[in-house]
Amino acid sequence: MTTLDSWNVLRRFTDARIGLGRSGSGLPTREVLAFALAHAEARDAVLTSIAWEPVEQDLRELGFETLRAASAVESRAEYLRRPDLGRKLSHSALQTSLEAASLQSARPDLVIMVGDGLSSKAVEANIAPMLAALKPHIVQSGWRLGPVVLAREARVALGDEIGEAFAAKAVLVLIGERPGLSSPDSLGAYLTWAPKVGLKDAERNCVSNIRVRGLSYGEAAFKISWLLSQAFKRGLTGVQLKDESEYQVIGSKVAATAIGAAAKT
Amino acid sequence: MYRVQAGATTYAFPDLKTVLAKASPHRSGDVLAGVAAHSAAESAAAKMALAEVPLKTFLSETVVPYETDDVTRLIVDTHDAVAFQAISHLTVGGFRDWLLSEAATTEVLAAVSPGVTPEMAAAVSKIMRNQDLVLVARKISVISRFRDTIGLPGRMSVRLQPNHPTDDKKGIAASIVDGLMYGCGDAVIGINPASDNIGAITDLLAMTDDVIRRFEIPTQSCVLTHVTTSIEAIARGAPVDLVFQSIGGTEALNASFGVTLGVLKEGHEAALSLKRGTVGNNCMYFETGQGSALSADAHHGVDQQTLEARAYAVARQFKPLLVNTVVGFIGPEYLSNGKQIIRAGLEDHFCGKLLGLPMGCDICYTNHAEADQDDMDVLLMMLGAAGVTFIMGIPGADDIMLNYQSTSFHDALYLREALGLKRAPEFEAWLSRIGVTDGAGRLAKHQPSNPLLRHAQDLAA
Repeated sequence: MTTLDSWNVLRRFTDARIGLGRSGSGLPTREVLAFALAHAEARDAVLTSIAWEPVEQDLRELGFETLRAASAVESRAEYLRRPDLGRKLSHSALQTSLEAASLQSARPDLVIMVGDGLSSKAVEANIAPMLAALKPHIVQSGWRLGPVVLAREARVALGDEIGEAFAAKAVLVLIGERPGLSSPDSLGAYLTWAPKVGLKDAERNCVSNIRVRGLSYGEAAFKISWLLSQAFKRGLTGVQLKDESEYQVIGSKVAATAIGAAAKT
Repeated sequence: MYRVQAGATTYAFPDLKTVLAKASPHRSGDVLAGVAAHSAAESAAAKMALAEVPLKTFLSETVVPYETDDVTRLIVDTHDAVAFQAISHLTVGGFRDWLLSEAATTEVLAAVSPGVTPEMAAAVSKIMRNQDLVLVARKISVISRFRDTIGLPGRMSVRLQPNHPTDDKKGIAASIVDGLMYGCGDAVIGINPASDNIGAITDLLAMTDDVIRRFEIPTQSCVLTHVTTSIEAIARGAPVDLVFQSIGGTEALNASFGVTLGVLKEGHEAALSLKRGTVGNNCMYFETGQGSALSADAHHGVDQQTLEARAYAVARQFKPLLVNTVVGFIGPEYLSNGKQIIRAGLEDHFCGKLLGLPMGCDICYTNHAEADQDDMDVLLMMLGAAGVTFIMGIPGADDIMLNYQSTSFHDALYLREALGLKRAPEFEAWLSRIGVTDGAGRLAKHQPSNPLLRHAQDLAA
């Protein structure tokens, strides 16, 4: 005997598991089983390694120069246990980065690191459309771009070492976020000014939940480029740089689609 | 030097923080930090050594230097020597026996609390079994108030957490309706925003304030953004009930969060100045969690559970409405599986309560940890028995913005049915008045006259 929730029509406004109904105080059987399946799929996503070749192919077709790198982590199991190693370049990757940097004619304004992080699905599904959306902003701003570094078993702070190796003014890290039950493929963007080993997370700005059913590539590219231009103007990122990216534009869009309680009274 | 004879072997530990770390029940974060015991026997011996340490020792030997850490200075400088008198003759082992004894009543524990340092609380917790952590916490009463009364005996509150990955107001409103219809939200309606954009934050504040005022809900709202953003929102005239901040147990960790004790004070004063509470003025909401100090490279070689307890020294300065240990959110490199998460949740709740805080727990795990819903059921049941102040309520236990699993509105119903726990009295009366619950606090048959259902129809239209 399941009690239905009459407000379950609201499910069309959110992916949240609302209006599930109940069996006494518990979840209906179908919901318990659906949850277990989603959890199983997310667990599998965490433990699956990324296929880099198609990603690299896509980025080259978009006109990006790419470079492979890896953290000091040797296996997926070690990646989960040792975040410290995931923040450090492997010895050979550091050498490769330094050599690539020495070939650059001038110090790049921006280096982009793409990391697998906790979701290989996030990178495979989102990285090409994300960078395709970001590219016009980079071109328009005239920033000198270093290579896109594809980093295996990477944590966010690995970008600091890569940015430092290239002596870049800023580093943008695009990385697979920890998978949720409803979003195993969410990409995060972390922006750090004057990258160097040992920076704290409070010195970064983050744009989260980039995926088809989350923050769109266009909106994400807009936010990232706004934050980047502010970082170049003010020479900093982090808590002192509040995201005020054209609030009028994005805010009015939200207001147009939402009937917040305030709008109804 | 701390020495102990354990079986045929003599163990020696150079200082207090080493004894504490090695006595701590095994967890991945302490191994990662390189402070864990090297063997099970060494850990057992460290517990024996720790049990013999007089509580007075904790007043003279700090685990993080006084000169370089403002949390240590706060702990030392605010220690209440008079309150400490009643336990000053005890060792850590004797403290455990005393806490469990009939002598340690609810009133006595409240009187002693300002004399207990975080390190004393952490130390005794390390030699307590899970059941000890439940029984002692259960005796402790911590009550806080803003628009309702939280923490009364036999009651448990729920934070309604209606997060949405793009802060879509209609999506958030839908989750709020769902939670209220399931009788949740008496701790706070608390949104983790995806954005830290000040305009987006003030919009969310206005929206939740409107819901609370329109339906006359005896609860409070919070948008969990950085304290400096909340201060800015207050300056812009936004309706801020609770000021939120993540905090930790060392000055360096708080710096990594972008806060100082001074900034927290500024946030507290800004919230107080609005005088928005009706039955009380506890207006801070803090979140903590074991492992954050190591994550920020700010741990000083101290184990993660002791550092977590030190965060509570920061919290208690500001008389918060709610303190939440987000126990399984940090990931498997700090708490690797269900067993470690369960233990840590019980430790945090016990230490927080002993130090006088309205302690709740985000009973949770991530998809990269070895844990599942059955583990959470165990921790939920034990914390319910321990008198946890509040838990999270998230639609279907799936947070679609933060990407982790916590407790659901259904889980709250389960715990109320299993243990007879009631909601905050003002909220309970409100739910009954609008027809969500019957006279016994059970969910009622849906009444068409219920204003929340009419609101749902308006949203859907």
